[in-house]
Amino acid sequence: MSMDVKMAWRNIWRNPRRTILTISAIAFASLLLVFMLSFQFGSYETMINSSVKIHTGHLQVQSTGYQDKKSIRLVVPDPDAIGKILDQIQNVEAYTFRADAFSLVSSKKRTYGSMVIGIDPVKEEKVSTLKSLIRKGSYLVKDDADQVLIGNLLAKNLKVDIQDEITILGQGRDGSIAATVVKIKGIYSSGIDDLDRSSIHMPLKYFQDVYGMYGAVHEVVVIGKSLKKTKIIKAALSAGIKKTDPKDRLVVLDWKELMPGLLQSIELDLVSGIIFYFLLILVVAFSILNTFLMVIFERTREFGVLKAIGTTPGRLTKLLLIESISMTMIGIVAGIIAGSLITLFFQEHGIDISGASDLLSQFGISGRIYPRLSILSALIGPGAVFVITFLSALYPAFKIRSLNPVEAMTYV
Amino acid sequence: MGIVECKDIKKTYQQGKIEVHALKDVSLSIDKGGFAALAGPSGSGKTTLLNIIGGLDQPDSGSVSVAGNTFEKMTQSQLALLRLHNVGFIFQSYNLIPVLSAVENVEFVMLLQGVQATQRRERAMAILDDVGLEGKYHRRPAELSGGQQQRVAVARAIVSNPSIVLADEPTANLDSKTGNGLLEMMRKMNEEKKVTFIFSTHDKMVMDYARRLVLIRDGRIVDDKIK
Repeated sequence: MSMDVKMAWRNIWRNPRRTILTISAIAFASLLLVFMLSFQFGSYETMINSSVKIHTGHLQVQSTGYQDKKSIRLVVPDPDAIGKILDQIQNVEAYTFRADAFSLVSSKKRTYGSMVIGIDPVKEEKVSTLKSLIRKGSYLVKDDADQVLIGNLLAKNLKVDIQDEITILGQGRDGSIAATVVKIKGIYSSGIDDLDRSSIHMPLKYFQDVYGMYGAVHEVVVIGKSLKKTKIIKAALSAGIKKTDPKDRLVVLDWKELMPGLLQSIELDLVSGIIFYFLLILVVAFSILNTFLMVIFERTREFGVLKAIGTTPGRLTKLLLIESISMTMIGIVAGIIAGSLITLFFQEHGIDISGASDLLSQFGISGRIYPRLSILSALIGPGAVFVITFLSALYPAFKIRSLNPVEAMTYV
Repeated sequence: MGIVECKDIKKTYQQGKIEVHALKDVSLSIDKGGFAALAGPSGSGKTTLLNIIGGLDQPDSGSVSVAGNTFEKMTQSQLALLRLHNVGFIFQSYNLIPVLSAVENVEFVMLLQGVQATQRRERAMAILDDVGLEGKYHRRPAELSGGQQQRVAVARAIVSNPSIVLADEPTANLDSKTGNGLLEMMRKMNEEKKVTFIFSTHDKMVMDYARRLVLIRDGRIVDDKIK
């Protein structure tokens, strides 16, 4: 150990109580940052995955303009051709076809507007969690025709239950009237009020017959092997479609484009988190600043002697910075270790958020959230603590440069 | 030309609204190998003069040079390096670094000079032996008596082979027996190693040991005699 480091180390422990308090403040801030950032990243992933799994998928192929204007006429005319392209792409986990039409849904007592969604029951099962959301009745099977699944809030509004009949009235792709009477086979609850209040799922084949789709769909919904693969799949899918669709009638949209609201919510949450973290780090920085101003105050005489015997101002600054960096590093390392251990524990067991906020329930998160520890979440917060505490230690470290040795040595 | 040359030094302090003329046109030359005492009552200006010679304080006017280096226009860093290589300090209250052991305190100066670690340790131990602190190398200042601490301070002051050693009231906090032993040791070093010592003191014992006695009163040299 060099003498500078040795001196710094011994100086740190001259006042053990103060040092431990300062280190504890740094460690606690680092711990909190590691856990909170991991928690935030984990909850974002859960929010994205839940939303993706409930409805949008990681990617969708749609007709250009369909995302903005849900017109029944903006279709993907040959979904099987897209399916063939997807079969060739390595990271695709599953895909399905859907068709949507806004229609009036009536029970004996009431009428509501609702989105009627045609799904392929077999393929849908691999893409979305719809099947697992069935709370009453059962899921659709391959050969079902005039049977539907209905959101629990819509069922409540219509005052219907399973096996009840409802009338659907809408407009077909060819401009004709689409009308049918269907039986409720199952009632689902996704936790997303909008979805549960205004959606009905029916078999795709039946939908195509009722709405005159002529084999067309509105969305090809794709699930990748993981969220991270979305970009690769999107590139490969876009390239594949480009070959068969030179007029750009189709477009590939990822989950960010499909759910801009989700991304905005994440960004808003992240920004408010960052403001909180910044304030937390600022408090720690003041603690470090206070410690080192006290150090200068207490050791003015000693710094005067060091200057008198030939220590250059630069070396004095270096000595004090080694002290502050050592102290900060002990706190940060302890904080990262403790924070990581706590995070790993909750990563394994989850955190109960049954009384979750409205924001989370909008994205289908209820029950437990699992923080996700990553190199980024473990290092970014403590890294910021290090930078800010280092900057706050610069002031006292530079202040001692201007000490007059004669005055300093007579300082009591 | 002496190892220390002071010419027409003036220094005024401001104490509230009162101007204190600490030094009034002081000129002094001390030869290499000298063993001189700047003596005078408290407030006479002797410590101010010592600080100016050591580059710790700057005069209002006049010039100072030590070992051929004129202080005028030197930056704080340059003065620090000049002190490091040319001036050793011994203070009234020892002023050792409390977190370093005796040998580390002595080594510290050599560390600043860039001397290699192994050589540092050897030289520091040898010099501690010279000042009579064999076997006490690893004691921290708090574990040493006042006299022993001042010996470490002497070792620290001379280990870098400075041109001059400035000692500000070195015996003031010591009993007469310990002070006597310390002075004897410094005189021996002066004679054997040809280290130049300049004391500021009002201790009669130091004045008796000094070969040159410069008497200062009210900021002026009133007597300068070589014994």
